[in-house]
Amino acid sequence: MKPIDTISDEALRDENLRDQGLGETGTGKTLVIACGALAREVLAVIEMNALEHLTLTCLPAILHNEPTKIPAAVERAVTEHRADYDQILVAYGDCGTGGQLQTLCDRLGVTMIDAPHCYAFFDGMEVFTTRDEPTTFYLTDFLARQFDTFVWKPLGLDRYPDLLPMYFGNYEKLVYLAQTEDEGLTDVAREAAERLRLRFERRFTGYGDLGRFLVDSQRD
Amino acid sequence: MSDEEDDLILSELNDEELTEQMMDDLYDGLKEEIEEAVQILLDRNWTPYDILTKSLVAGMQIVGDDFRDGILFVPEVLRAAQAMKGGMAILKPLLVETGAPKMGKMVIGTVKGDIHDIGKNLVAMMMEGAGFEIIDLGINTEAENYIGTAEREGADIIGMSALLTTTMPYMKTVIESLSEQGLRDKYIVLCGGAPLNEEFGNAIGADAYCDDAAIAVETAKKLVAARHNQV
Ligand code: B12
Repeated sequence: MKPIDTISDEALRDENLRDQGLGETGTGKTLVIACGALAREVLAVIEMNALEHLTLTCLPAILHNEPTKIPAAVERAVTEHRADYDQILVAYGDCGTGGQLQTLCDRLGVTMIDAPHCYAFFDGMEVFTTRDEPTTFYLTDFLARQFDTFVWKPLGLDRYPDLLPMYFGNYEKLVYLAQTEDEGLTDVAREAAERLRLRFERRFTGYGDLGRFLVDSQRD
Repeated sequence: MSDEEDDLILSELNDEELTEQMMDDLYDGLKEEIEEAVQILLDRNWTPYDILTKSLVAGMQIVGDDFRDGILFVPEVLRAAQAMKGGMAILKPLLVETGAPKMGKMVIGTVKGDIHDIGKNLVAMMMEGAGFEIIDLGINTEAENYIGTAEREGADIIGMSALLTTTMPYMKTVIESLSEQGLRDKYIVLCGGAPLNEEFGNAIGADAYCDDAAIAVETAKKLVAARHNQV
């Protein structure tokens, strides 16, 4: 276990978070098992709120592209770490597991975030459920940085640009849900919208329900 | 692609070689080649129905199996579907003229709030290939639209697709609405989409959940036949 302030930039490189995840980081007795796409965000919440009771470990973010594999990966992580911690939190939404992740967490007696996906919990479930924007495609900080690996390439748009209208023909706008104030990243997100030929909108969310989920764990 | 393939002249292949080649071309998503080959087989007096089932549907089945087994991915499936669509566009008017078998009528759409349509389109196409008449309501479909269209068109089947956890429950709304109007038993209700499973299909009261397009075709045929035997 490494203290949070000693974590290297290398460990937090997007490519590593994508393919390997993150080893246990922190000294707390509550373990957060998160999607690699949330590593920096969870660490930021921990630091901002001095949540010293938390330790973070991440699963590879790339699992997002094959959601059926998420429950088994989470189960493995819980089983592996259970004995070393007082409590385990799962920082995932349903993420397309069709309720399987919730069923698993109930069975293992661990808490997960009550939301369909990270777009919803960054935005905040209360607002998100009232937004009626089915023709919107969302990006987060992580996805804006990793747009090519998580969107462009898996959809084959690098090889077959002519597929674009078949994927995005029914979409109208791209909403960049920003966790941080970062002009450079906003430009990257705007460029992604241009490549998808969608109208661009930026919505600052901060850490939304992810922040509340982690802060509330203090009280348990 | 190798030079050899580049030089291949489709019209010089015999029927068997050509249908084999068509399956390969479909797999590789080569729309123009598929269209050309369909035309060649028509010129050789193949019935549109045979061309459809023996080359296009058969080829697409392989694509579907390899997608299920994780060998092919979404972009390849989409390209194969586009290629098949090109061939279908030539065959469709001819199928009607030549009186190909009619299996039944299906209204299909992606549910309200959801605009994922790749899987839905694939199911619609394979159902069409199997002789079902398809009325595609597209995406973001409301209950009234499913039910109103099914009633107006005299459909046998209502098919719903959902890819989002947030939109899956809407399928139940549609089924409840059918029940409220006393129409539930009039239709075979099929549902599908990656996050769904059989348990969910049962829970919402659908007639069946289908894992993929091939299973959708099989299930639809079986349920339509069972229904005919009843009356
Ligand atoms: C391609 C894709 C997209 C494309 C959609 C393009 C299009 N025109 O459809 C794009 C990139 C635009 C997209 C957008 C979004 N997506 Co998306 N997408 C996918 C992805 C990668 C593949 C889906 C797909 O097309 N599969 C290929 C087809 C062939 O398979 P299929 O749909 O499962 O269909 C088969 C069977 O299910 C069945 N079937 C399907 N329908 C029916 C219907 C009937 C009647 C029957 C019998 C059978 C049947 O037969 C089909 C053929 O074999 C999935 C992940 C995954 N692996 O499933 C995520 C996924 C579904 N998307 C997801 C999300 C979150 C979104 C967005 C909100 C993301 C965003 N950043 O904004 C938006 C949603 C917007 C909206 N309102 O709909 C999540 C859902 C999470 C959740 N909790 O619900 C997933 C699971 C990815 C993830 N892990 O986060 N997406």
